[in-house]
Amino acid sequence: MAATSSRLFRRLAALLGGVLAAGGARAVDLPEDRAEALYHSYTGGGVTANGPALLVRKSVLDKVSLQGSYYVDSVSNASIDVVTTASPYRERRTEYGFSADYAYRDSLITLGTSSSKEPDYTANSVSLDISQESFGGMTTTSLGFTRGTDTVGKHNAPEFADTAKHWQYRFGVTQILTKQWLASANFEAIADDGYLQSPYRVARVFGAAVPERDPRTRSSRALKFRAVGDLGHHDAVHADYRYFWDTWGIKAHTAEFGYSRSFGDAILADSFVRYYTQQHAIFYSDNAQQETTYVSRNRQLSSFNDIGLGAKLAYTVRKVPGRYELKLNGGYEYVRFKFSDFTDIRTGSLYATNASVLQLFVSGTF
Amino acid sequence: MRTDLHPLTTRRGLLQGSAGAALALMAGRALPAIATSSAAPDFTLRTLGGPNLRLAEQRGRVVMINFWATWCGPCRQEMPQLSKLYDKYRAAGFVLLGVNVDDDVRNATAVATKLGVSFPVLLDTDKTVSKLYELATMPSTVLVDRDGQVRYLHRGYLAGYEDTYEKQLRELLK
Amino acid sequence: MSARRLSIAVVLAGIALLGGCAIEPWVKPYEREQLADPVMKASRGTLADKHVEHVRDVREAARGATGVQGGGCGCN
Repeated sequence: MAATSSRLFRRLAALLGGVLAAGGARAVDLPEDRAEALYHSYTGGGVTANGPALLVRKSVLDKVSLQGSYYVDSVSNASIDVVTTASPYRERRTEYGFSADYAYRDSLITLGTSSSKEPDYTANSVSLDISQESFGGMTTTSLGFTRGTDTVGKHNAPEFADTAKHWQYRFGVTQILTKQWLASANFEAIADDGYLQSPYRVARVFGAAVPERDPRTRSSRALKFRAVGDLGHHDAVHADYRYFWDTWGIKAHTAEFGYSRSFGDAILADSFVRYYTQQHAIFYSDNAQQETTYVSRNRQLSSFNDIGLGAKLAYTVRKVPGRYELKLNGGYEYVRFKFSDFTDIRTGSLYATNASVLQLFVSGTF
Repeated sequence: MRTDLHPLTTRRGLLQGSAGAALALMAGRALPAIATSSAAPDFTLRTLGGPNLRLAEQRGRVVMINFWATWCGPCRQEMPQLSKLYDKYRAAGFVLLGVNVDDDVRNATAVATKLGVSFPVLLDTDKTVSKLYELATMPSTVLVDRDGQVRYLHRGYLAGYEDTYEKQLRELLK
Repeated sequence: MSARRLSIAVVLAGIALLGGCAIEPWVKPYEREQLADPVMKASRGTLADKHVEHVRDVREAARGATGVQGGGCGCN
């Protein structure tokens, strides 16, 4: 595996090198300079995760666009798993991201890296994305690759240490269909290798609690189709569908439908409804009635569905065309989760819960 | 768990297939639409001010035709630079025609006023002149000499292009 | 259609869509006004999207293909 990935890196580097060596003429625009400050919050099922995040993007010498981001997640966890098998806890996760975009002719090349740290888990990743316009600018094709390495630890157990590695391959095409409609298709294959479970979570076998045992490899594929159309009055509709399948036997469908509209020059509103449903992993069981190599009671791997209803609002505070723009944004989503084969062991009935996702942020382009 | 994956869907297969596709895509761009050293197609358009303006009547002066739209970021960045060029060289026989391709004329008026452009803005709402000039990018800038021949064609706008425009302009004004 | 065949079909369709087309682009660069409208943009903020993607990744087993959308003004 190490041999394959180093050969892979060499090939990608060669491709990149060839492209960069050919000089600076470009036809595609670098992403706009921007700055964002966000407050995010997730509350649901006994878990509260919130925090600030910052992002700055600036183009340098009109050749390269650099972006830096800082993201904090303070998690206070009293979820059903935690409450029934352990005690509630608080912890903080910090993530730093950095990326550089380079525009060459009709292509945009993005090199990125990110590092996420929390007391018992660190995750680092490097990514390369190439996006190319063709066919008179009507078709945009993108390719991406991310390689991640995680280090897994366990609270109060310094002898526990393990790693997990991830490879992600992305391919996407966006095609302009008419003056008002465009459609896109995205495919992503993800491979994981290593410790993919939680050192705290327990499974239930014949009614007794045992530490969970997940496979050490996982390979997944996702295919998503999206269509967006302008309806003529500064409003638009979009519809997405994604199908996901993996080697753990999970199959999931995601469907989203949304409507957006501008009110005057200053207000942009979005609304959407999202439906998600998944089928449990082969080795998942709420209460296993046989001994199997792998067993898990992780509700994220169970059969469940969730429906979300959301709305966003962007208010342009100040705009000087061609110079800068300042916006205030807010977004809220209400999600209802319903599990078909995960029970609340306190009551014995199937588990269901709600969640609220909130975002408030200031964004400026300059 | 599954070891019988098809070659194209294994990690290596996907990467090779994708890299091949990427290389294929990076080959070549579209060929130029309107040829240099040919007569600039004639047209008549309404100006923002009201009266019509005809290209052929500008014969004897150096004409720069700049195609722009309010929804085009690089266009809005370029226009103040063009305005400066126009003010500087208009006395020497330079005419700058800003052809706007917006569907709604009110947007064009609003943005042109906000940016304080000094050159005439022509309205091509039904896109006839854009089609005539076979525009391949937004913005597009065409430099026509005193005899009505297309001499330079610029596709797009990046900071610094205005220096090239000025150099070519001075050459044509001689 | 098996998952494997679907993956291959998508990759080939993508390449075919761009290779030697004898068809001319039918939406001209000067006709992209509606496509450049901010309502058509998929993203309202990079950090906000990152937050939502993280929430989904943690709560749901499905991951990936969240997608980069092209379109827009197509200028330069």
